[in-house]
Amino acid sequence: MPVGMVEQVGRNTNNALAALGDFALFVARAIRFVFSDGWRWKTFRLWLPQAYEVGTRSVPVVSITGAFIGMVLSIESITQLKTVEQENRIGSIINVSVVKQIGPVLAAVMLAGRIGGALTAELGTMNVTEQLDALRVMGTDPIRYLVVPRFLACVLLTPILTIYSDLCGVVGAWLVSTKFLGVPSGPYWQYSAQGVDTWQIMEGLVKSLFFGAAIGLISCYKGFTCGAGASGVGRACTDSFVTSFIAIIILNFLAAKLAKDWYLLLFGSRSLFG
Amino acid sequence: MALIELRNIHKRFGRLVVLNGITLNVESGQALVIIGASGTGKSVLLKHIVGLLKPDRGEVWFDGQRIDKLPERDLQAVRQNFGFLFQMGALFDSVSVIDNVSFPLVEHTRKPKEDIQAIAQDKLAMVGLPEVGNKMPAELSGGQRKRVGLARAIALSPRVILYDEPTTGLDPIRSDVINELILKLQRELKVTSIIVTHDMNSAFKVANRIVMLHEGKIVFDGTVEQMKASEDEIVRRFVIGEAGEAELASLRLDQPPQFRLANQ
Repeated sequence: MPVGMVEQVGRNTNNALAALGDFALFVARAIRFVFSDGWRWKTFRLWLPQAYEVGTRSVPVVSITGAFIGMVLSIESITQLKTVEQENRIGSIINVSVVKQIGPVLAAVMLAGRIGGALTAELGTMNVTEQLDALRVMGTDPIRYLVVPRFLACVLLTPILTIYSDLCGVVGAWLVSTKFLGVPSGPYWQYSAQGVDTWQIMEGLVKSLFFGAAIGLISCYKGFTCGAGASGVGRACTDSFVTSFIAIIILNFLAAKLAKDWYLLLFGSRSLFG
Repeated sequence: MALIELRNIHKRFGRLVVLNGITLNVESGQALVIIGASGTGKSVLLKHIVGLLKPDRGEVWFDGQRIDKLPERDLQAVRQNFGFLFQMGALFDSVSVIDNVSFPLVEHTRKPKEDIQAIAQDKLAMVGLPEVGNKMPAELSGGQRKRVGLARAIALSPRVILYDEPTTGLDPIRSDVINELILKLQRELKVTSIIVTHDMNSAFKVANRIVMLHEGKIVFDGTVEQMKASEDEIVRRFVIGEAGEAELASLRLDQPPQFRLANQ
């Protein structure tokens, strides 16, 4: 039995490394086509409906999520701030959280669920019904034709959706803080402006670019490599969301570490209560 | 020199050996039918010809050029010489029939939109479906989907048309329409045709050469008449559709149920 176990571990490791290599090649080909064909009219024509699907149709879900997270943060923060008589500073604390972390991450997670699953299902169905092979046979690279427009839609529109999410989070937090929790509106905005600077907004937006790229590439890859039949497509959709979600939180950690190091290097430490 | 040459092709998926040393030359203008039981690698062989699958060992040549080692970008140019009819049509279900047929022309020519539409309409008329251009693929019957798939396959006037089980799932009348269509395209477009099927009526009607695959090897290569006269046990049973001892063993009623299931 130990030999069998070692064999199994070896086989699983081998399969995992092969899948990683396969994904790396897929990403390299997609990126190459982005630079060679991404600016062409043909790509723009294919990008436009994807942009509508990824961007416009995601606005409601991203906005609602952002707004409610802002509201919840207000309710959770106010008690602690009141104990140290700093409730007027609630805007700075909530808005930094929303703009740097919660806005981009939640927008990306919602997109991974809404768009990632749909992309994987669409491309997976094309895969199992031989439509991808049909494209190849007709001399068209399916990565150029299908992946590049979807990837570009995810990369370019995730930051814009993050702005919506941030905006709704800020407004939601303001609404609850000032209308229900007794925080005056003037100090709320004054401390928000002090607490949130351009660096933090840009940090959130730059990392959302990478979240969008991860969602687009993982979703398309899972669709391209899904197993046969309806169960294969279903499993690929689940894998797509789980893998995208893990990629988002790992990327978020790396982005937070890098941004913090660079910020300290450039501007030094800064307190929200200073 | 043969238009298509397969030299000692080996292919396996995991532990399953699908092609075990296939060597096959196809001359220009031939109508070659590849027959064999389900799972003997007919479709896998077809996909090697057009570079959708790469052999583990062996070589694939087209028009004097070795293509199994070509990178994807170079293969795309070679593939424009081929039209491929997939088993279920493989139509793009998010666009209309006319857009499906226009697709190769939009991708690979610089013709104006009106010309492309006119050519696509001509191809639809050639397969006997001039009126379905504005329909969506989901609105078509199985036979119509295959004919639209064929119209798309001939859109770029290919030199070779590959048919993957063109009559599977169709009633005898619709099957015969497809057979007549294959003969018509063979006659009018002077193309080379390679047809994978296990429908013997279809094979006998369209072939001027038949190859039979069995357990990853070619067990018969000859004309329709030679096949009909063959006394080889495997060929004879396949032609008349008679199961052998091995196939029937799993159905024997004197075996316990779990054994029967394990054999299936």
